[in-house]
Amino acid sequence: MTLSRETTMSRAISFGFLVQIILIMNSFIMLYPVVVMVFSAFKTTAQIFDHPFAVPDFTQVQNFSRVLGETSMPTYFMNSILVTGTSIVLILVLGTMAGYAIARYESRTNTFILLFFLAGLMLPLKLAVIPLFILLRDLHLLDSRWSLIVTYTAIGLPSAVFIMAGFLRSLPTELEDAARMDGASEPRIMWSVMLPLALPPMAIAAIQNAVPIWNDFFFPLVFIQTDSYKTLPQGLTTFMGEYTTDWGMLFAGLTIAAAPITLLYIALSRQFIQGMTAGAVK
Amino acid sequence: MATVSIRDIRKSFGPVSIIKGVDVDIADGEFVILVGPSGCGKSTLLRMIAGLEDVTSGEIRIGDRLINDVPPKDRDIAMVFQSYALYPHMTVAENMGFSLRLKGTSKAEQATRVGAAAASLGLTPLLDRYPRQLSGGQRQRVAMGRAIVRDPQVFLFDEPLSNLDAKLRVAMRAEIKELHHRLKTTTVYVTHDQIEAMTMADKIVVMHDGIVEQIGAPLDLYDSPANRFVAGFIGSPAMNFVEGTMTEEGLSLPSGTILPLHQRPPAAVGSALTYGIRPEHLQLAPVGTPGAIPAVVTVVEPSGLDTTLIVKAEGGPMTVVLRERVSLRPGDAIALRPVANQSHLFDAAGLRIASL
Ligand SMILES: Nc1ncnc2c1ncn2[C@@H]1O[C@H](COP(=O)(O)OP(=O)(O)OP(=O)(O)O)[C@@H](O)[C@H]1O
Ligand SMILES: [Mg+2]
Repeated sequence: MTLSRETTMSRAISFGFLVQIILIMNSFIMLYPVVVMVFSAFKTTAQIFDHPFAVPDFTQVQNFSRVLGETSMPTYFMNSILVTGTSIVLILVLGTMAGYAIARYESRTNTFILLFFLAGLMLPLKLAVIPLFILLRDLHLLDSRWSLIVTYTAIGLPSAVFIMAGFLRSLPTELEDAARMDGASEPRIMWSVMLPLALPPMAIAAIQNAVPIWNDFFFPLVFIQTDSYKTLPQGLTTFMGEYTTDWGMLFAGLTIAAAPITLLYIALSRQFIQGMTAGAVK
Repeated sequence: MATVSIRDIRKSFGPVSIIKGVDVDIADGEFVILVGPSGCGKSTLLRMIAGLEDVTSGEIRIGDRLINDVPPKDRDIAMVFQSYALYPHMTVAENMGFSLRLKGTSKAEQATRVGAAAASLGLTPLLDRYPRQLSGGQRQRVAMGRAIVRDPQVFLFDEPLSNLDAKLRVAMRAEIKELHHRLKTTTVYVTHDQIEAMTMADKIVVMHDGIVEQIGAPLDLYDSPANRFVAGFIGSPAMNFVEGTMTEEGLSLPSGTILPLHQRPPAAVGSALTYGIRPEHLQLAPVGTPGAIPAVVTVVEPSGLDTTLIVKAEGGPMTVVLRERVSLRPGDAIALRPVANQSHLFDAAGLRIASL
């Protein structure tokens, strides 16, 4: 009896231990390139090649000042913020509203609409880049930030609708009825009751879309020619010369480019984890 | 406070008709319980009174006001839901004050009213907690507090106790009754638990398949059920029924025993009748007593207060509740004598035609 309890306990401990080891190794593998990137941002190209892994002198910020002062980096950065931010806002607003309608209003077309969105989830939009290019050209949106925003919103909506509809469907209708009895109008129910509860899935939808949008290289490459509309990933390529590359500056640019999304992730990670494990733990 | 009057209410979901013409009158300050088996339309009727469900036809009035097309928030009704439906992201105080906040009541007034309601329900120490930090009974109380704070004309309860354990249910039953006694607000309460209905109601409405079977005070329904459905539904353990045929000498049971009837029921000789008697109205008699029903004991359940016997009689199993303690064992042969004036006769359509 005691013996068996001890063995199960020690087994539990060793299992937990193993999991910890795996997680630590995983974090190491994940963080290592990030750390090297940040370190290299504080070195000159020569230092990078001489001592690639050495801890740099963190007071050497000339790479950063040059990136921010001598290149179009600030413009790229602003463009990325504008494009990603607007797309995410559109995805969340439209996705939540569509998800609510699909989850709550019963009609025959609901399934069809949900399937329509699901189809969008399965087809990579990159395959349709030529018709998309023609469409945007005819709409006179080519070579503007809007070309990216509408494309990203279209790509992001299916997953957002899917996540939000699934979540909102799981909220008890009695909650809405209670609010209705308490005297809340329909918009008020959405705003004061549904939205606060829907924050975790919205965080998931936001992060899950923000990362690929922020990092996307493909669509800006196809749609944007004017330098002042370029986003970070495309802009950073101008740092890579045909014959010489200032690696220190490139890493500084990369560090700046990676910062916002990392911060966003840290800020939303609590909601994110909550949303991922919702219902798993009671 | 107000009267509620329901006139020939009907409700269909698409082609399926769920409520098939219901009339109920509820007096000012009355505690009315809608009771009936699962799926009979109790919640639907309650939600129509609340305004959460459209009325297909008929009229609902609160006081003199026709409210068929009045939105829920203008009906001055508060409802307590089975799942409590507390807002998970609001504290107890915010939950209770939400309706006042929507109405634009001043902060100070909100605090006083929430405070008073909380105090009356013993919730004061919990005001800053979130619903997930409360026990089932406490959540139940918060849901009631949310209703009380509004000081509505009518309270609606939809099976508010069904998620609680047996002991807490009994305690909350008393608490709700006491609350009603204090506030004297007209209340409509839905349950499928007939004990809840018997113990709490001023008036019970027994529903079945979208119609009202009978309306009356608890003991009236118990003593004079209008039909076989009500007779079988009200009372626990349920009434025993035996099918028989009317003869000159009395009621003839399938295997030939003749139950003598004390008076002639208004039924023709040869007509098929159902004889109904409550478990506590059967007494033990020596085997072979004329007019007693022979039976064999199958289960003996002593509860301390009384003893419940399940016996196999002709015409099926019967339940007997004896106040005295007995030394019977499964397999024993007994005879059961009906107590005079406590049995009911139902005709083929299920209507009660006589009690004798
Ligand atoms: N929105 C709806 N659409 C179609 N049918 C419905 C709808 N709501 C309820 N019903 C049907 O109406 C009938 C009555 O439902 P209702 O919820 O009123 O039953 P109830 O008496 O409250 O039962 P319970 O004791 O199980 O709560 C059920 O058969 C149910 O399937
Ligand atoms: Mg119900």
